[in-house]
Amino acid sequence: MAIPGVTVDADYQLSIETAAAVAQHEYVVFADASVAGPEPFAFYPVHPAAQGTFSTHLIEPEDVMGMARDLFQAKAKGYALAIRGYAFHDFGETLSDKALQNLAAGLEFIAPLLQDCAFDTASIQYVR
Amino acid sequence: MAIAAPAPRKIIIEPVTRVEGHGKVTILLDEKKQVQQARLHIVEFRGFERFIQGRPFWEVPVLVQRLCGICPVSHHLAAVKAMDRIVGGENLTPTAEKMRRLMHYGQMLQSHALHFFHLVSPDLLFGFDADPTIRNVIGVAKRFPDLAVQGVMLRKYGQEIIKATAGKKIHGTGAIPGGINKNLSIAERDGFLKDIEQMLTWSHGALKIARDYTLEHVKDLAGFGTFDSNHVSLIRADGAMDLYHGNLRAIDPRGKSIFDQVDYQRYFDYVAEEVKPWSYMKFPFIKSLGPEQGWYRVGPLARVNACDFIDTKEAEAARQEFVKLLGGKPVNVSMAYHWARMVELVHSAEKIRDLLHDPDLQGTDLLVTGVRRREAVGLIEAPRGTLFHHYEVNEHDQVVRCNLIVSTTNNNTPMNRAVEDVARNFLSGTEITEGLLNRIEVAIRAYDPCLSCATHAMGQMALIVEVVDCDGRLLDRKARGGGADAE
Repeated sequence: MAIPGVTVDADYQLSIETAAAVAQHEYVVFADASVAGPEPFAFYPVHPAAQGTFSTHLIEPEDVMGMARDLFQAKAKGYALAIRGYAFHDFGETLSDKALQNLAAGLEFIAPLLQDCAFDTASIQYVR
Repeated sequence: MAIAAPAPRKIIIEPVTRVEGHGKVTILLDEKKQVQQARLHIVEFRGFERFIQGRPFWEVPVLVQRLCGICPVSHHLAAVKAMDRIVGGENLTPTAEKMRRLMHYGQMLQSHALHFFHLVSPDLLFGFDADPTIRNVIGVAKRFPDLAVQGVMLRKYGQEIIKATAGKKIHGTGAIPGGINKNLSIAERDGFLKDIEQMLTWSHGALKIARDYTLEHVKDLAGFGTFDSNHVSLIRADGAMDLYHGNLRAIDPRGKSIFDQVDYQRYFDYVAEEVKPWSYMKFPFIKSLGPEQGWYRVGPLARVNACDFIDTKEAEAARQEFVKLLGGKPVNVSMAYHWARMVELVHSAEKIRDLLHDPDLQGTDLLVTGVRRREAVGLIEAPRGTLFHHYEVNEHDQVVRCNLIVSTTNNNTPMNRAVEDVARNFLSGTEITEGLLNRIEVAIRAYDPCLSCATHAMGQMALIVEVVDCDGRLLDRKARGGGADAE
């Protein structure tokens, strides 16, 4: 997806500097595979955590949003796109067929939202 | 009929918060309820050395980064240094070596900044006994927002350096056997130069906090996880600190040489590893001294202790003050790791600045090859200490043997000693107080351990404390943080 005005940042895990990136944007979508939850994906708002936790191996999107607000006075609105995956314990270089289908569905859902910056419209169907 | 001696009473702390990975602490009491021994258990499974077998050698510098999301660059560079030798390309071009050094100092900067500002500063700023709900990075962000922002921005700067040199912030592909696959563009260089003086200023601010804290509390810290040890690090031929390349030096607790300028290709003639049944993490030691006397510290404290000087002006001034004010080297105070780490933070920022002014970074001669080898060792001074990667490759280019001694593993015995020292001084009776809990965490955290790295798996962070009597009965249990609360 090369959509004007959209920054894509691929990372292994969330970290504190993600908060600085969040602060430079109006809307932030945390997209990742989910080990459980609805198929093909869930899409829901991510609110800043009031009393977050932090470790360098584990930081939740809510904590990133909280840090962005507290440290950088960020007003960004956050959302999560949790795409259901399945074969997390298998060693392999490709996604399972079902996960690939879910990914395609997630992309189909998110692309127009990003294209039109339509996060505030009532037409968004929150799956969760 | 022989009467069996009573089993030691056990106090278990599991796992440890604000360190990387999953460990637990058991304090063993004797029949007089005195601390007999303390053990830092690593309970995750170690298996990476097996996973790597059968993979083509050129994949290894990328694959091994999956060991850890915290210091992938160190694994990337240690592995590629070994693979340089496998392809006979260890004499890198100036551009390749300087790009790798830039990558490494970027990693050092971001890792040290992250550890200090976001994991350690709560202990130093609020005190060991502060409420854990405040004594964390969120508390720092609320009370000292400027400091928290500096930590974020230093980390971000280091990560951007990594991205520019390795191709990606995490799990990059920049270093390849025999060289590097890109140089630094003028635009990238100028972008970094714009902010480097600010990074240096903030690094000095952090150095001052660590220095002032240590000096202010020097008497207390001398009785907190302080014990004599040997120290091991890489060293340049002229005795300067060199975090990327050099030979091995080991000194004893008085600073006397144990070995010096040892080619690390023969590390196994000097260092061995002991296995203990209660931990997945091995216990390295200097062979000539044996396991009882030969264990050693690595990391910032060992590096500052072992080197003769630092080759950047401001870090060298800080090193001299460190050595002088703590009564001459070697310094054996565990909490002095923080001060030493911040000396290295300044050194890394200076090195980045100097490298950015070096036109070799825009060179185009990136790769060399030579006569193939079947076995090689790569060593680097990772943020947490000396990192060993040792590989054997067969005629089909597949890895057939791999041995890794990661930084935290090198510090295994010192961390156990630190916990034991704290337990002896702060355990009263058999009750685990908040004060004891806090101090055990603080002592372990001084080493900036990555328990995930040391066992090559990822863990969860929380704190569970259990008191178990000699019959195995649970007498007390405390839970704190993360998943531990969700019993």
